[in-house]
Amino acid sequence: MTSAIEVSPVTPVARTFRLSQAVERCVVPVLLIAGWEVFARSGYLPPALLPAPSAVLHALGDWVFGFDETTQTYSGHWTRDALASALRVFGGFALAGALGILAGVAIGWSRVFEKTLEPTLQMLRPIPPVSWIPLAIIWFGIANKPAIFLVFLGAFFPVLMNTIHGVKTVDHNLVRAGAMMGATGRQLLTGIVFPAALPSIFSGLRIAIGSAWMLTVTAEMVAVKSGLGYVLWDSYYFLRYDLVLAAMISIGLLGYLSDLGLKAIMARVLHWQSATTVQGRAG
Amino acid sequence: MAAIELRKVVKIFADPKRGRELLTLDNIDLDIDANDFVCLLGPSGCGKSTLLNIIAGFENSTSGQALVDGQIVDRPGSDRGVVFQQPTLMPWLTAIDNVAFSLKLKGVAKQERQRRAMEFIDLVGLRGFEHHHPAELSGGMNQRVGIARALLMNPRVILMDEPFAALDAQTKLEMQEELVAIWQKHRCTIVFVTHSVDEALVLGNKIVVMTRRPGRIRESVAFDLPRPRDITSPEFNDAKRRVLALIREESTRIAQVA
Repeated sequence: MTSAIEVSPVTPVARTFRLSQAVERCVVPVLLIAGWEVFARSGYLPPALLPAPSAVLHALGDWVFGFDETTQTYSGHWTRDALASALRVFGGFALAGALGILAGVAIGWSRVFEKTLEPTLQMLRPIPPVSWIPLAIIWFGIANKPAIFLVFLGAFFPVLMNTIHGVKTVDHNLVRAGAMMGATGRQLLTGIVFPAALPSIFSGLRIAIGSAWMLTVTAEMVAVKSGLGYVLWDSYYFLRYDLVLAAMISIGLLGYLSDLGLKAIMARVLHWQSATTVQGRAG
Repeated sequence: MAAIELRKVVKIFADPKRGRELLTLDNIDLDIDANDFVCLLGPSGCGKSTLLNIIAGFENSTSGQALVDGQIVDRPGSDRGVVFQQPTLMPWLTAIDNVAFSLKLKGVAKQERQRRAMEFIDLVGLRGFEHHHPAELSGGMNQRVGIARALLMNPRVILMDEPFAALDAQTKLEMQEELVAIWQKHRCTIVFVTHSVDEALVLGNKIVVMTRRPGRIRESVAFDLPRPRDITSPEFNDAKRRVLALIREESTRIAQVA
């Protein structure tokens, strides 16, 4: 009884508050899309050059479900195309993550690796990954491999840099505390330095997953004959701007979902940080 | 044989930015007996933390040596428990896992680790908070975890570097009382660094007063006022006056030199 009395006045207020927040967030996108729809239908530009949102949605729907074959050969093939891109993203990302963390920990922890390995990597870092495309094609041909290679290049350096930073900025006293409790060098590394560097490592991984999608799409435009990037570029040649936009939306959506997935893993692994959110330190 | 022996310990820090060297500890000779509660008292920057770090094995002396139980200290080890100024806990571990960390390093089974850690969680009064992470505990509670962690290693000596400096006055008093109770129960050697005369006199049975930089031992005073100590009693105030006089003499000496 008491709980009902206490709770009931609060809930409606909270609900209206949440509702008004949702409305606030939606105002700008809804206006933009509505304006775009009106403008596209006004006939000011030929519909082929600027398809209306409804036309884009139609193309996307047919691409995904294949209901009326407006997207011709792509009709109903969205899953196949998205999967092809996603595999390249995750192949390159996994490779970059594993090697980036390994090299980053080695460089951050050991003076020897820092002196021998880091200068070379730092010289390679400023070279934009896309400029490797010609070499990637002659080395790996036209298929998955050059794309994975490019994704790897784009994702490796953010992971590497953030891991090095994370390892180097580990609280010196934590390492001392470990040594005081009798930890060996190896135990210090795996039991203290690595977990302490994890927040940094994860921010590197999150930057890397963004680069990974960017480079997959780039590679597919140039060096691969499948995937969302390929559909985008191919539709451009065939003046299907509705499909170009549908591909852009798909890429954006998948990129967002991968980041969301990574964030969920991070929240699980770094659950011990959750309490600090209250004080506004994380988030 | 003393539990800790310092033999002509000298520490010089290089200051490459200014191209000079800084003499921080100058010929420290000190014996600390087993089961003593020694308070190292001195002004900020006098090298008392450095001296503690040398005993802990975190830093090497430039010359001279530190011996613990007759063995020369050359690295940190679990025979010397350290309680840091900040709690310095692993933020990803719960209180109980932090306390049991040294057992995990030795490969002790989980059940046994938890059982032994719980004993010390109880000792420092944290039952009910053993599964909390450091971010969920207050500064005083975290410092208790740090003390429990050092005690569990059952070290020959416990080295404490101003562990209560960051706590509020109330919590500080409670922690001081508890620490004395733990020391009386466990009978270990404690070296406690502080810059507070009151804290040194409440805790120690031996007060070692250090000079300003370069740090030297000004005087070592035995202080056997029965416990619990009343900080308003005439005996306490007499002792405080004596120690303050030592420190004041020291500052006038500095003033005259300057």
